Amino acid sequence: MMSVASMNVSKKTIEFDARKYREDFPILKETVHGLPLVYLDNAATTQKPRQVIDALTSYYEHDNANVHRAIHQLGERATAGYEGARKRVARFIGAKSEKQIIFTRGTTEAINLVASAWGRKFVEAGDEIILSEMEHHSNLIPWQLLAKDVGARLRFIPFDENGTLDFNVFEQILSSKTKLIAITHMSNVFGTINPIKRIIRMAHDRGVPVLLDGAQSVPHLPVDVEHLDCDFMAFSAHKMLGPTGIGVLYGKMQQLENMNPYQGGGEMINSVWLDSATWAEIPHKFEAGTPNIAGAFGFAAAIDYLEQVGMENITLYEQELTSYAIEKMLEIPGMTIYGSAPERGGAVSFNLGDIHPHDLSHFLDQQGVAVRAGHHCAQTIMRKLNIAATTRASFYFYNTFEEIDYFIDQLIKASEFFGL
Amino acid sequence: MDSEFRELYQEIIMDHNRKPRNFRKMEDATHRLDGMNPLCGDQYTIYLKVKDDIIEDVSFEGSGCAISKASASVMTNVLKGKTVQEAEKYFNFFHKMVTGEIDHPEEYLDTMGKLVAFAGVAEFPVRVKCATLPWHTMHNSLHGSQDKVTTEENN
Repeated sequence: MMSVASMNVSKKTIEFDARKYREDFPILKETVHGLPLVYLDNAATTQKPRQVIDALTSYYEHDNANVHRAIHQLGERATAGYEGARKRVARFIGAKSEKQIIFTRGTTEAINLVASAWGRKFVEAGDEIILSEMEHHSNLIPWQLLAKDVGARLRFIPFDENGTLDFNVFEQILSSKTKLIAITHMSNVFGTINPIKRIIRMAHDRGVPVLLDGAQSVPHLPVDVEHLDCDFMAFSAHKMLGPTGIGVLYGKMQQLENMNPYQGGGEMINSVWLDSATWAEIPHKFEAGTPNIAGAFGFAAAIDYLEQVGMENITLYEQELTSYAIEKMLEIPGMTIYGSAPERGGAVSFNLGDIHPHDLSHFLDQQGVAVRAGHHCAQTIMRKLNIAATTRASFYFYNTFEEIDYFIDQLIKASEFFGL
Repeated sequence: MDSEFRELYQEIIMDHNRKPRNFRKMEDATHRLDGMNPLCGDQYTIYLKVKDDIIEDVSFEGSGCAISKASASVMTNVLKGKTVQEAEKYFNFFHKMVTGEIDHPEEYLDTMGKLVAFAGVAEFPVRVKCATLPWHTMHNSLHGSQDKVTTEENN
């Protein structure tokens, strides 16, 4: 039976030329330990195409100035580029207005911004915030800090052995006390794509807003915030071909307008007196200080690149690549894969026999394969699975089926080396 | 494959990883301390029984990668029956060796025995913390520390 199923997964059933795109990524030509780099750590950060690198360089060579201040030519260019990036991001995720796009340092800061500017205004003692048990630390710790400060309580939607959420529990804990639901769209450990529309519908039926951690979903899936109807969404540029140090908080206009400022400083003010100030309009109200201007230029180039490849194409190709990888991995004796949700993305956590992930990833590195070993910023998941760590391979559209084959061969070699 | 990698995982380390020595809880320990590497989840407890300055017994429990587990195992074998001062000498040697401060570790085979099996760690900076975690835990425990050892302390 298995063999029939496995024969159905051919190496390529859709037309997608990953090799063509690879040409745009200088780093993919690197060798490590004298071997070609096989980069399978894309859930941590992705590589950058020439177009993004050029956008950064070009900004510093031709346009560098501070934004929203100078009357001079460079100041105008920098401002136009920075605000242009905001428009591109808005279009990319289907936001109605670019005012709904707040630039942050990344997903983590975006979530902290909501916990601070929204949470400290609206969450009170006795209130509850619902998270899932599969959150990255960045969508757990900010809520722990908030809950502790204001006397609120965190509730959790558990996951089952497949790495999918338990809706029975969700229905039970969703109550009049619930002030917010903060949940990941795609798990960085299991790869699970959570049924977000259903969660949001259930939450909105009770008037509860939903924050979506889109760090893993926005780079890999077509995401439309209007369609999803999420109240907030956070994501990072560096996991979607862009530079590090810039990310986004999307918010519904009404939510953003009701929020307190986040950090104080330049850029976020309107009028300032010695003892008081008024705030700039959204989104600048939440962007104190000189922002990551170069990062915004690079981010815009990354979005242009992704739009040119096409998000639907990326999703389809990655699903084939991931199915192929998982099927081949499961043929290796001693392989355990964590997470088998029907809807999933290309992050695959696993253990091979009793080889410790640290030893396995070191072995793979020696063969040129970059994977991640550890708890993936999700110690609570590891504890529930009763394991210390996993190894994780995570794919992007520039990975090839040949790279998967090579990765599988190295796993088999590791089995032999460590005497499984 | 890189021969240095193969050397790192030589027979002694593989053997001690598969069959760790003195791998047990010690009920009558005079010293007991936990050590952990929060980045990769390695977690050990080191037990020592010290009487009149002699380490009469030493054992460990826990889990982690092959390098850390073998390091703990070899350490317990080496330290049993030694004085606290001698333990200090081994600790200093081991630390220097895995951080590459000893030029020809093979020359110390007579005095340091199986510890020299870990000389290859010096080639892999990311693995130094694995190898030294049990040693630091032992060292702190002997010096009366009650604080859990972590590889990621804020300095």
